[in-house]
Amino acid sequence: MPRNRMTIMVGGEAGQGVESGGAGFAKALARGGLHVFGLPDFMSRIRGGHNFYLVRVAEEPLWAHEDDVHLLLAFNRDTVDLHLHEVVPGGGIIHDSAVKVDPALLAKRGVQDFEMPLVKIAEEIGGHRIMMNTAAIGATAGITGYEFERVADIILTNFKRKGQEIAENNLKVARHAYDLAAERYSGSFDWKLAQVPGAPQRMLINGNQALAMGALAAGCRFISTYPMTPASSITEWLAAHAAKFGIVQKQVEDETAALLMAIGAAHAGVRAMTATSGGGFCLMVEALGLAGMTETPVVIVDAQRGGPSTGLPTRTEQSDLEFVLHASHGEFPRLVLAPGTIEQCFSSGFRAFNLAEKYQTPVIMLTDLHLAFATRTIDKDALDFRSLKIDRGELVPWEALNGQADGYQRHRVTESGISPRVLPGSEQAIYITTGDEHTSYGFITEDANERVQQMDKRMRKLEVAKRDMEPPIWYGPEEAEVTLVGWGSSYGALREATDLLNAAGVKTNFLQFLDIFPLDEALVTAELGRIRRMVVVEQNYTGQLANVLRVYSGRKADALLTKYDGRAFSARWVAERVKATVGVTVHA
Amino acid sequence: MAKLDLKIFNGGDKSTWCPGCGDFGILAAIKQALPGIGVAPHQVMLVSGIGCGSKLPHYMRANGFNSLHGRALPVAQGIKLANHALKVIAVTGDGDGYGIGMGHFMHLARRNVDITHIVENNQVYGLTKGQYSPTSERGYISSFSPEGALEYAVNPILLAVAGGATFVARGFAGDVKQLVWLIQQAVQHPGYALIDVLQPCVTYNKINTYEWYRARVYKVDEEPGYDASRRDLAFAKAQEWGDKIPTGIIYREVGRPTYEEQVTALKAGPLVSQPLDGRLADYEALKNEFI
Repeated sequence: MPRNRMTIMVGGEAGQGVESGGAGFAKALARGGLHVFGLPDFMSRIRGGHNFYLVRVAEEPLWAHEDDVHLLLAFNRDTVDLHLHEVVPGGGIIHDSAVKVDPALLAKRGVQDFEMPLVKIAEEIGGHRIMMNTAAIGATAGITGYEFERVADIILTNFKRKGQEIAENNLKVARHAYDLAAERYSGSFDWKLAQVPGAPQRMLINGNQALAMGALAAGCRFISTYPMTPASSITEWLAAHAAKFGIVQKQVEDETAALLMAIGAAHAGVRAMTATSGGGFCLMVEALGLAGMTETPVVIVDAQRGGPSTGLPTRTEQSDLEFVLHASHGEFPRLVLAPGTIEQCFSSGFRAFNLAEKYQTPVIMLTDLHLAFATRTIDKDALDFRSLKIDRGELVPWEALNGQADGYQRHRVTESGISPRVLPGSEQAIYITTGDEHTSYGFITEDANERVQQMDKRMRKLEVAKRDMEPPIWYGPEEAEVTLVGWGSSYGALREATDLLNAAGVKTNFLQFLDIFPLDEALVTAELGRIRRMVVVEQNYTGQLANVLRVYSGRKADALLTKYDGRAFSARWVAERVKATVGVTVHA
Repeated sequence: MAKLDLKIFNGGDKSTWCPGCGDFGILAAIKQALPGIGVAPHQVMLVSGIGCGSKLPHYMRANGFNSLHGRALPVAQGIKLANHALKVIAVTGDGDGYGIGMGHFMHLARRNVDITHIVENNQVYGLTKGQYSPTSERGYISSFSPEGALEYAVNPILLAVAGGATFVARGFAGDVKQLVWLIQQAVQHPGYALIDVLQPCVTYNKINTYEWYRARVYKVDEEPGYDASRRDLAFAKAQEWGDKIPTGIIYREVGRPTYEEQVTALKAGPLVSQPLDGRLADYEALKNEFI
């Protein structure tokens, strides 16, 4: 009898409470000391369609979702039709009596029918059919034997805001469904859940939230954005904390203005950012060059989604890498960070601001929808505010100026390429800067010599910045037949795929590229030189990281594993395909 | 308010403008206006776009950010929100401000961020050599409109009044005295203040010359009964163009709060002066949201 090792899927139309039900149950599990990975999957519409939420649970840390479903909560018939094939034999489907399911189809696959009067319970016990998803959550806990106190606790937490009566009615609905489901079905369902006593408190958090927390801790006090999935929840989180932490959060007319306003704020001396997806980043491209030319420290998040154009607005992809590396005309330094885990979102969210001010140039953080939205339990200590140190780089305080007056050179040519920076407003340093090529004083110039000096100075910053880039991270055995190479949100799936492959007898390790630009060519060449069979795994069509690595190291990938259907990699998907080239079966 | 030395803004780079350019009048007016109301160079941030007129911040002594064509206003707003102690003055041309920058212009008008926006409106693209601009008259012949421009000209005054701007004025580069007064009024106005300045381009615009404007401009504040606080009158006045062109303060609304006055985070003072860290306990408590 598998205990605390299963995946539950909640599915239904938008508006039926799929996400709140899934996320609610995930939190009930996390509070019970279990590790959870939560994956929302939704369509670009407000009502109707088909959405689902996957909750994978275990007693050890989880890094990704899995393909198998053990218990399916079907809020409508579509959910059964679309997902029955994912339910393992012996698994079950909880559905309302009104959702007609063909028993023969279920029997054929060996899936159990857990029909429940969910709507009836919601209406008769709670007084409104809207509590149907609460009934379903209660039934899930009843069938799996999960302690009711955990479900009760989360219901009270979630409905507290809506008043005592609503909270209590939901509680009654959950209890009734719990008891009925336990009585009818728990005996025949093998997968069981139980809280882990004494487990430490853990956060259930997604990448956007962790990134926003990192930015806040970095002293980011200005965010100007235009709403766009999947980046919006970064702004939403900072907006919710704006009053308390003194953040100026500005919704603007378009993404062009979003980056320009952040550039203005950053020039004035505030740590400033914007966040968007690839389509919005397209509009920022012009301003990106301005930030590079004026040496303005600004942070930009591109939470990628399926492109091009409007593409797949609610689906994940990693197809903006080469775009952000080359975006905007001309040449200027930029730093590109690509966190792949919740913890890395937090640390990159913080580091980006130090790096931007240190190198006085734009820093782009590339994430994607999967990383933005998927939740994972992490220990409270995994996000360590105490270890973070704000470093504003060569920022000269006004007090340290000795009557420079009009002698201050904003773009002074230095060995490192970094010019000591003074914030505007001091009598001692009145200066101008411009997006035109300029002299060290910031005046427009077309002089060939000045041009070369300023260009060299700006580009030199990249040489120094290379030393601040996190090297790629290895996972798995030091010696391996196959090395998976990836970046970004595929971290979890590739890490688990590495484990699956090793368990199946294919000696595999995994190399994650965290900070992507500037790349230290010598380091990358050396690391890639250790690889026997290099399999680059990316969520795009062309293999963009593989291209970049080839340019910077000369090493060509031996195989490219790409996927561009908008759905995140699973470990088994990757492992099976890697294995297909060797001919071993992989059991996830 | 203590008046400062009138020469305090002299400095900067050597001008590249054509002799006789209307921009010289605008530059002179800014340099005179600011000391007259006690504003010093380090307290000023001039944000410009791209074009002949947008080089203006280079030709005087003050802080400047010479941004992109059409993009001065968002940069200016970012600077103002980050440090509202600075007097932020945006300087753009007509192609810059009313072409590419049109969207930003309309949104700034309704936001009422405390920014003075001076538009050097010469009804032509100068730096790119004479193409018609958004404010060129219909029928204007240029290299991009050899048979005459087919569009009607943008009416910035009417748009600003309709868009919710709280200070809308028109000046004339040939009348520096009036322009000095307008700039002083605009800079002291709490909120977005547009000054559309009729600015002859001596090289490319052979129609809207100094003489052409001088024969037409008159001052609304000298007109008996004109009340700039009345929006209905402003709408009517904004539509006057042709034989008579009104200058002066067309519309002024007093009492509407500025954008930055309403932002909670700015009540403690300029954002740039607020500490970046020191909130460890508060940060640590944020983790409880996720438990």
